[in-house]
Amino acid sequence: MADILKRNKALSVNPLKASQPIGGSLATLGFNRAMPMLHGSQGCTAFAKVFFVRHFREPIPLQSTAMDQGSSVMGADENVVEGIKTIAEKSRPALITILTTGLAETQGADVHRNVREFREANPEFADVAVVAVNTPDFTGSVETGFAATLTEIIRALVPDAKEAGTYPGKRKRQVNVLVNYMLTPGDLEALRDIFEQFQLRPVFVPDISDSLDGCLTDEDFSPVTIGGTLISEMATLGDALATVVIGPSLAKAAELLEQKTGVPTYNLDHLYGLKANDALMFALAEISGNDVPERIERQRAQLQDAMLDTHFMLGQLRIAIAADADLLNAFVEQVQEMGAEVVAAVTSCNVPLLPRIPVASIKIGDLEDMELIGKANKVQLVIGNSHAVDTAERLGTPILRAGFPLYDIIGGYQLTRIGYRGSRQTLFDLANLVINFSHEEIPVYRSIYGQKPASEISNYPPTCH
Amino acid sequence: MKSTKDIAALLDEPACEHNKKEKSGCAKPKPGASAGGCAFDGAQIALLPIADVAHIVHGPIACAGSSWDNRGTRSSGADLYRIGMTTDLTEQDIIMGRAEKRLFHAIKQAIDTYSPPAVFVYNTCVPALIGDDINAVCKAAQERWGVPVVPIDSAGFYGTKNLGNRIAGDAMVNHVIGTRDPDPLPLTVQRAEIIIHDVNLIGEYNIAGEFWHVLPLFDELGLRILCTLSGDARFREVQTMHKAEVNMMVCSKAMVNVARKLQQKYGTPWFEGSYYGITDTSQSLRDFARALNDPDLTERTEALILREETRIKKELEPWKARLKGKRVLLFTGGVKSWSVISALQDLGMVVVATGTKKSTEEDKARIRELMGEDTVMIDDGSPRALLKIVHDYKADILIAGGRNMYTALKAKVPFLDINQEREFGYEGYQGMLELVRQLALTIESPVWEAVRAPAPWKVSPGFL
Repeated sequence: MADILKRNKALSVNPLKASQPIGGSLATLGFNRAMPMLHGSQGCTAFAKVFFVRHFREPIPLQSTAMDQGSSVMGADENVVEGIKTIAEKSRPALITILTTGLAETQGADVHRNVREFREANPEFADVAVVAVNTPDFTGSVETGFAATLTEIIRALVPDAKEAGTYPGKRKRQVNVLVNYMLTPGDLEALRDIFEQFQLRPVFVPDISDSLDGCLTDEDFSPVTIGGTLISEMATLGDALATVVIGPSLAKAAELLEQKTGVPTYNLDHLYGLKANDALMFALAEISGNDVPERIERQRAQLQDAMLDTHFMLGQLRIAIAADADLLNAFVEQVQEMGAEVVAAVTSCNVPLLPRIPVASIKIGDLEDMELIGKANKVQLVIGNSHAVDTAERLGTPILRAGFPLYDIIGGYQLTRIGYRGSRQTLFDLANLVINFSHEEIPVYRSIYGQKPASEISNYPPTCH
Repeated sequence: MKSTKDIAALLDEPACEHNKKEKSGCAKPKPGASAGGCAFDGAQIALLPIADVAHIVHGPIACAGSSWDNRGTRSSGADLYRIGMTTDLTEQDIIMGRAEKRLFHAIKQAIDTYSPPAVFVYNTCVPALIGDDINAVCKAAQERWGVPVVPIDSAGFYGTKNLGNRIAGDAMVNHVIGTRDPDPLPLTVQRAEIIIHDVNLIGEYNIAGEFWHVLPLFDELGLRILCTLSGDARFREVQTMHKAEVNMMVCSKAMVNVARKLQQKYGTPWFEGSYYGITDTSQSLRDFARALNDPDLTERTEALILREETRIKKELEPWKARLKGKRVLLFTGGVKSWSVISALQDLGMVVVATGTKKSTEEDKARIRELMGEDTVMIDDGSPRALLKIVHDYKADILIAGGRNMYTALKAKVPFLDINQEREFGYEGYQGMLELVRQLALTIESPVWEAVRAPAPWKVSPGFL
């Protein structure tokens, strides 16, 4: 449906894209006692770490194979093996992921072989899961890096039903939930609540609401993640009633999980807006065999009410959105539900979802592209990450912050936008941005024959508020 | 790609005390247990504050994508440095050898769109590995479009952040400094009774605009700063650095090669100093007067110091009472430990231990001088080690870089950020007021009690 406009300039200006290793790290950080290690030079890790620390305002476990000039040229196999061993010895994590970077891939690293070599040489660390993933930053984005890493973790840690003797429905309340990068810890908490109202027990894979939710613990320091999906839980995914998948980017991971376990899959694109959440409730009612709980029905009615209240501000509103594909699609559908027009849709890289997104065209590009397209189409509101704040300022529009990274606000990591309640909050936020931003008023006109007191006719400019 | 010989030459810095130790430079990082940035990181930090230059990162997305829009440093006008630019290399560029071509066109695009006075091109790991010749591309681009295009060959794998700082400094010395003479001094700012001297500051980054606390004092004294490398700098200012009468190395050894090479090439003397704390600020101003050998300036400097010290000490008095005797664990990265120690001692605080991982032997000697012979010096900066010292020495606050912020907060320990990402400026006399305010804000905060105490029902079951 959508026209895909490919990149047509040499220089990327104000990049929207963040790299695959960032996505891979994020996926890893949603597992309990986990440690991602980037296979590259130290800076790859340092930059990723700062990126996450600024977004989550949490200490972030992240390691590096620390490639230097010698190993970049002569081969860095030893760096990988030594790195895994060092982490295993020092912190004994449950999971280590080895995520490649552009440097390692250009050099021709074979991390899968490195992991096998580590396994053979170090049987004493058999209890430490080690998963290697190819996530070079010269292709893809956060979204694809996250999805690829989740796929490989499932491949490595979920046993085949035949061998493990798992079968769908053995655990009568368990539902596996594969969640993409766009669900915040706040979103996941809200989603857990929804599942529990259907008397279901969700197992989020991964679960950053348990590891990156900003919880203060008694422990004063941990070198690995505290919280997240238990690695032991991965062996139980085959016993679940169903798997709910949120995000088209996880299609491959979902397919693999179903292949391995035979657990039926329910695919949902996102959980923004009325229609999307109706689809979720349908699925949960079907899986659980329960009716949609009254409390949720009430929340749905509240969302409907908010749609009425806010359609005055959001109808025909010209919106620019810059985000990775899954998130872009979610916002496009939600604002279109309100009668708003997406006049600039910009995304970071080409993925199979793009042609399905219901807009006229999508530009694969950067925030400069959004600025130019937005300006040409007289955009009135921007949806994007913290980098887009300056863009919005130059465009003279308000901005709704969404995506990665959000470093200029506190609590961005827990904004809840899913479910009927989260969707309602988004509508309120959007409408408030429109109301509070100086809007076009009819300029004051004073008749030459008017009898207004002379004191009023001084050069006071008409005030907006 | 730089040869190992080039890198060795950069690591061999005769003006740096680390050089004299047996193991020069820094130890090789250990895979799986390393922290810190890379050479590209260091080069970018060092030069990005040059505000009117188009800074192009040549590489795939990770290098620029996670690091652009650095808000730590402030500019008084131009803000092109806040526009992120990268060639965002794709797999096809790399496989098909199209990266150089993309860079060439990228430079043109930057010039066409923003008309910058110069373009800086930062080389990163992938193009270095595939053998892109960025020097040649920059040269060709400069010839074609008549705008200076400066190659900064800073692939991450060359080494540490510190090496990157030096690569950046080297590029300025080799390509920029000495390409323009300073503007003649406008008549309006000349004063009959005094001589105006031209000086440079090297390694001053104007974090959170903090140098603007100090800059008015330079104006008052008649010191024209040709360039601060690189806080709030412009390309045209960097070009004129060779004409200074004296250079000051601010706080860090990071770009000491610039000071040394300017001395070699142009005979400019240099000294080291800092603007953190009353003592050091005054000392730095005195050092300028001394180095410039201008008795009149010395006299006016002393008068200014007396006036400013009297004023600020009076303003600090009420704060000192609140902070006196508080115990500090200082773990600094870039900022010299001894410089901050003297600032804290000015306030009557007790520094119980200090990080010395990046300090030179000379720094350590100064620290001993300030803190006594048996002061605790910390080399192991791991979170666990830091927290152990906080507990063992009953520190009231950890002062460290932003990277350690969450180490402190998760352990419920008050914290002050001292590195480049911080939001507050502490330089100069005026900066001390901000420093005491921030120290008191965290140390005296009621939240510590609230977060340390267990939930009431865990203590007395009869509470409810």
